[in-house]
Amino acid sequence: MASAASLTVSVWRGGEQGHFARFDVPARENQTVLDVVTYIQRELDPSLAYRFACRVGMCGSCAMTVNGRARWTCRTHVRKVVGAGGALELRPLGNLPVIRDLVADLAPFFDKWSRARGTFQPKEAEEGAVPDDFAIVPPASKQRRQADAGIECIGCAVCYSSCDVVAWNGDYLGPAALNRAWTLVNDVRDGARRDRLDAVAGDAGCHSCHSTQSCTERCPKNLDPSLAIAGLKRTLFWDTLLGRR
Amino acid sequence: MSAASAGGAARAARQQTHLWVAQRVTAMVLAIAVVVHLVMIIGAVRGGLSAAEILGRTRGNEAWLAFYVVFALAAGLHGAIGLRNIAAETIGLRGRAADLAWLAIGLATAVFGIRAAIGLYA
Repeated sequence: MASAASLTVSVWRGGEQGHFARFDVPARENQTVLDVVTYIQRELDPSLAYRFACRVGMCGSCAMTVNGRARWTCRTHVRKVVGAGGALELRPLGNLPVIRDLVADLAPFFDKWSRARGTFQPKEAEEGAVPDDFAIVPPASKQRRQADAGIECIGCAVCYSSCDVVAWNGDYLGPAALNRAWTLVNDVRDGARRDRLDAVAGDAGCHSCHSTQSCTERCPKNLDPSLAIAGLKRTLFWDTLLGRR
Repeated sequence: MSAASAGGAARAARQQTHLWVAQRVTAMVLAIAVVVHLVMIIGAVRGGLSAAEILGRTRGNEAWLAFYVVFALAAGLHGAIGLRNIAAETIGLRGRAADLAWLAIGLATAVFGIRAAIGLYA
């Protein structure tokens, strides 16, 4: 595909209602999708709105829907995703309101992190005060390993945008918020376990997950939100069955 | 969100969790019960199927009665909770009233099965 002299790029323009605009962009041997978007904005149409910051896969702000699939555009080489004849289709992330062009509004996504009690609540120090002493958490302990498995999430919303259950149920908390909750359920220093498990239970929470694992498949950090959600379900199953909640 | 509606949401989430747990537990029961049921059918039809033979096995037998009562209860509840989830996701049928209706449908289905089991026992 690198042989095509130029790429035919369809870019979403407008808000919820909008249309695709076509741009011809020179094809290069080494080129990310973010390079293509930047080229369009700098050389062809300065009114194009898009979002990026670090360009190296650290910040998670450049995620978009590329040829139907949510991805970090900065870490996606054009030659790996380009269609026949150099075709690229760029949309904002799905399952989120569109602000303009390629920029999705991530407010509902982060609101759900707080609904899932995604903030650390120190056990012996209310109101976020600094505890008196260091907590000792053995790195090899099961809970520490389970927390470690999900802690590297940078909140790019690729999983949320890829989740069918979010599309079916607007209240569903989504993979990232539930993954965050699971890391905190496994944090032995945290004191809000009970409230957090209440917050992630039921139809808007982990129990709606169908385990189809699009989140796990598409997570650019190779995290496994499906496994985290299964962990929440398992914990709530035994707690409910044994009358612990 | 006010404190009252937050409490209501937590209660609703708890009830939804109970339905989910009920569906998982009934699934475990059904996994065993369906195997027993199928093996029993295959055994029963060997050498021809007759009402007399079936009644001879089930009439006055408390073990089979208990088995089929549990089986019918599990099947009724499991099916109704599954249909509840499908209805919620496809046509947006949600809420406490809908949940109670599905529970009633599940129990009614179970009652039909239990009635049949009692018929074979008595």
